[in-house]
Amino acid sequence: MSIAPTAGAAMRRRLPASLLVGGTITAAVVAVAAVSLVWTPHDPTAIVIADRLAPPSATHWLGTDHFGRDVASMMMAGAVNSIAVALVAVAIGIAVGVPLGLAAAARPGWLDQTILRFNDVVFAFPALLLAVMITAFAGPGAVNAIVAIGIFNIPVFAKLIRATALGQWTRDYVLAARLAGKGPVLISAEHVLPNILNPLVVQATIQFSLAILAEAGLSYVGLGSQPPAPSWGRMLADAQTMIAIAPRLAIVPGVAIIVTVLGLNLLGDGLADLLDPKLRRPR
Amino acid sequence: MALLEVDNLAVTIGATAVLNGVSFGLERGGVLGIVGESGAGKTMTALSIMRLLPAAAAATGRIAFAGEDLTALAEPAMCDRRGRMLAMIFQEPMSALDPLKTIGRQVAETVFAHHRGNRREALALAREVLDRVGLPADRFPLGLYPHELSGGQRQRVVIAMAVVLRPQLIIADEPTSALDVTAQARILDLLRRLLVDHGASLILISHDLAVVAALADRVAIMKDGAIVETGATAHLFDNLRHPYSRTLFAAASSRHRQRPAARAGDATPILTVRGIVRDYRPSRFLFRPARHVRAVDHVGLTIHRGESVGLVGESGSGKSTLARVVLALDRPLQGEVFLDGVDFLASRGRRLRDLRRHVQAVFQDPYGSFDPRRKVANLVAEPCHLEVPRPSAAERRRRVAAALAAVGLSEADGDKYPHEFSGGQRQRLAIARALITNPSLIVLDEAVSALDASIRAQILALLADLNERLNLSYLFISHDLATVRAVTDRVAVMQDGRIVEEGATERVFAHPRHPYTAALLAATPDLDRVLAVRRGEARLAPSG
Repeated sequence: MSIAPTAGAAMRRRLPASLLVGGTITAAVVAVAAVSLVWTPHDPTAIVIADRLAPPSATHWLGTDHFGRDVASMMMAGAVNSIAVALVAVAIGIAVGVPLGLAAAARPGWLDQTILRFNDVVFAFPALLLAVMITAFAGPGAVNAIVAIGIFNIPVFAKLIRATALGQWTRDYVLAARLAGKGPVLISAEHVLPNILNPLVVQATIQFSLAILAEAGLSYVGLGSQPPAPSWGRMLADAQTMIAIAPRLAIVPGVAIIVTVLGLNLLGDGLADLLDPKLRRPR
Repeated sequence: MALLEVDNLAVTIGATAVLNGVSFGLERGGVLGIVGESGAGKTMTALSIMRLLPAAAAATGRIAFAGEDLTALAEPAMCDRRGRMLAMIFQEPMSALDPLKTIGRQVAETVFAHHRGNRREALALAREVLDRVGLPADRFPLGLYPHELSGGQRQRVVIAMAVVLRPQLIIADEPTSALDVTAQARILDLLRRLLVDHGASLILISHDLAVVAALADRVAIMKDGAIVETGATAHLFDNLRHPYSRTLFAAASSRHRQRPAARAGDATPILTVRGIVRDYRPSRFLFRPARHVRAVDHVGLTIHRGESVGLVGESGSGKSTLARVVLALDRPLQGEVFLDGVDFLASRGRRLRDLRRHVQAVFQDPYGSFDPRRKVANLVAEPCHLEVPRPSAAERRRRVAAALAAVGLSEADGDKYPHEFSGGQRQRLAIARALITNPSLIVLDEAVSALDASIRAQILALLADLNERLNLSYLFISHDLATVRAVTDRVAVMQDGRIVEEGATERVFAHPRHPYTAALLAATPDLDRVLAVRRGEARLAPSG
């Protein structure tokens, strides 16, 4: 109220800092992944036993692994795999889980109960077991890993959305919308979902990092993306036995996962702030 | 020597001055009332004395309590004073109690914190104090949890926590604002008795002048962080000098009959409700099995065109449930609702939508009734959804502008978000939203209860004006009897899901027939009545 108009105008155009930092990191990761599609310093799958466990140098920027593969090239190519798996898995979770959660909140009673019991059933099976089951049907591979992780994500989002949406349904503005003759679908889309975007975005970034880790776990037991296709998760799993000899092999993919997740978290936070009209202007 | 001496207290939060040169004194055994509208700095004054201001706030000035400067005390020393010498009672008895601890432990906590005895002694003391605040051992054992008590009973526990160590000063911040009138009257009686028993002093903060006038011997009126006027209660109210105090007083006093006599002639019933029954199945209470609670029990009501009908009763009496049935948000178990002669409950689909256009609502909370993510124009236009065919964008814009103008806002306000408006403005927006479909009936569910007195008067004037111009009917639901008396033609009194009395407003208020109505009226604080009593006291025993 008491802020001078010039200061207000200047601040209104300023984007949230978290959005800028998160956006930059995410853009950088995506750019690296994109570049790897057309160019990598070396062939990420080429095995040169003579060069095994070479330290970082001008030719091998991040050194080589125990098979003599170039780590930098594997990281770049692995980015495509890991990000694609995680993104699609989270997208499956959101695409199915969010409507289920909204429906459960909008129609308490048998629909709500059915969705909740379905959630419980899916929760009862660990992602790994689910992957084993899917592999038994369809054989191992990245796509099946995506499906397994995606199915595991559905109840996570469904439960979160149901719980937060239930709170929205008690609000007077939802009552006002009902008085305006709007049905549950329209109210869910117009009033409920926009007001619970913040927890959804935060949960999505958390699930994204978990999906990268889950993909790593599935690849480790041979159920995820198959060698020689590189993935950050499998690099991390492979490095486990080398941790005493060449800790670099674990650190590089580990840091990459952390930075990517951090970038996405910040991006999610920033987006949430940007979408909130209350924070759009300085107070 | 005065017990409390506040001298030139100023508080800033960031660059905003919250309190500005606040000075007052309080004698031992005295009661100081602080009144003012929201944002006047009443609570900040209380928190300054308790040294419980938010971390971002910076305070200057002197607060002398029993000869010692509280502002100079270190935090551990202040902790020792809090609870033992100064205590506070908060507004919301729901959130002032920890839901996971028994009432006995919570009262005993104050005793523990000051090392006044072991567990057994502390609990014994808690028992004794709970007895004194009217929660006897046979019905209210120490092992009860807060959710097992009513609002008034919870507030008694909060008071017990405050008085257990017999502090010399009690600060009560809106202690009865969240309570029903009858509970409020009992809590005020209790406070009065405890003060006499303990010889403690009280600072009573309230927006309700009648509550303050009934209890305080001195009153300070606050506005924008400063005290604009102060004096002995009866004398102050009789000789108000500051224009703001006069507005405040006018808004609180003699609110009877602002409404012109009911217009004769038009007797077309807009709404006819017959034999409504609605049950709720509450969650289990204690060890009793779950049972149905009859929220509304065979209720009938008629509202004519242009008529304003009041529905009063305490919380839980079924007022809001009835409102939801009238708005077709809830289906009753039995009964019928006719809107403009058409059966509302039997209608479906397009017919129902069309009927809904004729009845709209304004809710209590001006902050909760708008989706914070959407623009005002969008929200105000929302009921247009009921019309078939849907009005065009241009038509909607025109109607939003007209509705905003009708409630005293400008067309440009449509491009703003709800948080850019004050509470009173939001309630105007809510009325604009209700007007957009040209309804014949508006249900006002506690629509002015959350507003400050001066803002409330403006909104009521707006409603009266709309009623006159558009021949609107109102179902005015409120627990505030004074307001209902001022703005309605007829009134129905609800108790435990039944309408116990119904009739012309003036008749019901002047000559209540049902004992419950009489009890409600007697419990309602009335500034004029209270002041008459205080003037009598002042004449008998002139105080210093």
